[in-house]
Amino acid sequence: MNSPSLRLYTFAAPSRFYQLSGWLVPWFWAATILLTAAGLYIGFFVAPTDATQGDSYRIIFLHVPAAWMSMVLYVVMAFWAGIGWAFNARLSSMVARAIAPTGAMFTFLALWSGAFWGKPTWGAWWVWDARLTSELILLFLYLGYIALVNAIDDVRRADQAGALLALVGSVNVPIIYFSVKWWNTLHQGATVSMTAAPKMASTMLTAMLIMSFAFWAYAFAVVFTRTRAIVIEREAHAGWVAELTRGRMQA
Amino acid sequence: MNWGSAAAFFEMGGYGLYVWGSYGVAVLLMAVEPVLVRRRHQRALRDAARMNPGSETQS
Repeated sequence: MNSPSLRLYTFAAPSRFYQLSGWLVPWFWAATILLTAAGLYIGFFVAPTDATQGDSYRIIFLHVPAAWMSMVLYVVMAFWAGIGWAFNARLSSMVARAIAPTGAMFTFLALWSGAFWGKPTWGAWWVWDARLTSELILLFLYLGYIALVNAIDDVRRADQAGALLALVGSVNVPIIYFSVKWWNTLHQGATVSMTAAPKMASTMLTAMLIMSFAFWAYAFAVVFTRTRAIVIEREAHAGWVAELTRGRMQA
Repeated sequence: MNWGSAAAFFEMGGYGLYVWGSYGVAVLLMAVEPVLVRRRHQRALRDAARMNPGSETQS
């Protein structure tokens, strides 16, 4: 445990991540801005008005990508939390923690935009439908994870407790995904499926996919920046951080 | 082009409240979150600089 090579290795990982992510983040921001502009332009100016839902359907370009991100980010968070726990990999646990607030934000956006879409199309802001309820539980899982890891003072113990919660909670993700198949829901079925032809105009699909990539880029940019903050917070006493802040003082 | 005028664009075929109500909150959250994480990063760097006082004078 105290051999110099191992210590070097364990310290090297977060510092290398810090350097690499610092180089990548501006590119993710550039991608976010370009993709969002393209997605919204196609979504609002190229895609035609829907025959049955009118222009209210344009919420889809926000709603579906946000809902996808809410589930994907949860799986990624649980994965890295689990890796961090199983292999005692500190950076993995930091990434898991950095994902949680962004995942919660996308979950809230999916619910919020869903309410604003449900009102004009179903006549209700909210119904206790399987899809909506399981997505609400996802929000509570994110918030529970954040509260739990912040409530425990011992950082590594907090990481472990959070990993347990995240992994147990991941059972909810397939429930969200398949809820529209398993139960009779008011919520419509999958918009995009691997096995069936798209059920929407190609310009609508294009806008939705571009917005999904935009949200991916956004998630990378924000999660990497938050991970960088967590790395500095936790490694403040490490030699490379002292080196880094010295460079900062000179600059 | 779907919209004859700016007013028609904001009206969204009568669904303005719902469309802009959802996009507005998205814009708000996705503008605030990056500011908050950037501040957290800057604060972490400041605190680290304070915790390593030797590093300030070494230069």
